[in-house]
Amino acid sequence: MGVIYLDHLSGTPLHPKVKEAMIHHINTVYGNPVSDHRMGQAASQALEKAREQVAALINAGDPTEIVFESGGTESVNHAIKGVAIGLREKGRHIITTNIEHKSVLNSLRTLRLLDYQVTSLDVDAHGLVDPAAVEKAITPDTILISIMLANNEIGTLEPIADIAKIAKKNKVLLHTDAVDAVGVIPVDVKSLGVDLLSLAANQFYGPPGVGALYIKKGTPVWPLLDGGMQENKKRAGTENLIGIVGLGMAAELAKQEMAERAPRLQALRDRLQEGLVARIPDIVINGHPTLRLPHLLSVSFKYIEGESLMLMLDDEGICVSTRSACASGSLRASHVLISTGLDFATAQGTLLFSLGRDNTEADVDKVIQVLPGIVQTLRDMSPLYKKEQAG
Amino acid sequence: MYSQTVMDHFKNPRNVGEIHDADGVGEVGNPVCGDMMNIYIKVKDNRIDDIKFKTFGCGSAIAVSSMITEMAKGKTLEEAMKITNKDVAEALDGLPKNKLHCSNLGADALHAAIKNYLDRKAGKVVDLEKAREEHVKAPGGEGCYCPYCQKEVAEEAPFCLFCGTEIPHEHDH
Ligand code: FES
Repeated sequence: MGVIYLDHLSGTPLHPKVKEAMIHHINTVYGNPVSDHRMGQAASQALEKAREQVAALINAGDPTEIVFESGGTESVNHAIKGVAIGLREKGRHIITTNIEHKSVLNSLRTLRLLDYQVTSLDVDAHGLVDPAAVEKAITPDTILISIMLANNEIGTLEPIADIAKIAKKNKVLLHTDAVDAVGVIPVDVKSLGVDLLSLAANQFYGPPGVGALYIKKGTPVWPLLDGGMQENKKRAGTENLIGIVGLGMAAELAKQEMAERAPRLQALRDRLQEGLVARIPDIVINGHPTLRLPHLLSVSFKYIEGESLMLMLDDEGICVSTRSACASGSLRASHVLISTGLDFATAQGTLLFSLGRDNTEADVDKVIQVLPGIVQTLRDMSPLYKKEQAG
Repeated sequence: MYSQTVMDHFKNPRNVGEIHDADGVGEVGNPVCGDMMNIYIKVKDNRIDDIKFKTFGCGSAIAVSSMITEMAKGKTLEEAMKITNKDVAEALDGLPKNKLHCSNLGADALHAAIKNYLDRKAGKVVDLEKAREEHVKAPGGEGCYCPYCQKEVAEEAPFCLFCGTEIPHEHDH
């Protein structure tokens, strides 16, 4: 059976050229970038090239503003905890939203234990945070605002540029978790006006386990990992060079192919959305209608549960994610969906489709063809479903 | 993650549906993840003559419903009362640890249906709505419960003191 992979948010396949670059480096570059001999220098050159490629993708002014990390999670931890430690004398208050990724939420949970105060802002039904609410939450003790660029469950794009102006006016640092946006849509750190930005390679056809943190020059960020002098003393430890080469190549390709990729994925996504809305009653499309990642579709199917849906689609060779409580390790409802005002039962039936560069119209049409039957089978099994509700 | 038996019962569930003139109905909610199971029974000569279920829940909840209805069919009420969640999980060749609570749902729904039948026979009027609510609230509304062993744990505890399993906390206290 052919596999239709619609879970790119969980991880993308490697771009063939990324794979090529990584294999080439596995075979030829095995020195440590800190060594002064020729092999060390070759490694160092590969590292700095990747830094330039990532800097170019997000329009950073200087490649030294890019720090390589072990992925999006480390990048976020570094930004938040690094600023908290760096500015511990200045203040202890941090502002965020209720729909952040768990790396943000749990970094802040740790900081709360260390007597930092956190204000977590509500979002509207589309998942948008109000910049005015951010401004109102700022106190003289505020050191950092951390708000995501694009939400990883509903795709809503937050007004980061507006929030950046507020942060600047109030002399508060701004971090944005852009893991799900970088490499998918154009992201420009200068026009956004952020001080810190997190990104991860496996969202744009690079390898998992490697990411980066953009740190605007002069931003006081303490290292998360202490040790040697790597990464301009911002992140100790011998670099994951092969992964970083993959990230660099993925960044270069994303920049080149962005103009073609994004509209194509959006057209496929819209086709999927329209097809499902037309053929399945009682569904909810989550996220903002227009301010949304182009490759993502979050749909809640009423009266049924998402893990069952996901398993039945898997049986048809279709791989998607669910945001149901039953499928989450903790068995709790998605904090994002609940924050946008979805009731618990509806949130239970949520599937997350995320498209990628290998997907075709035929893939999307297959989903539109098989999903209505699956939904009906499960609804017929559900005590919540009453025939008359379907009209 | 699921055994072949679980997948078989999930994909081809036995005894799905409702019995409109049921002799006993058990409706329970899963206090851990919030899902729901209904079991309907027809009783003849003290035996479960027919049984059907409706479930709103995960793959394992559906497989549990299917399996427990198969196990209970034809049994005397006393025998059926003795079916435990452990029996169901074993018949399914095991469930993942964090899904054991779904098997509670099955045994509870079956036992509730039998009790409902006995209550009706004894002439008691039963308020199903209330019975369900009590079940949903069973391990307590506000606290934090280990999803694996269901004992109460401290809000910020990174692992359960009773069963040792790590607990991913996701609620926004
Ligand atoms: S019914 Fe929710 S986890 Fe099984």
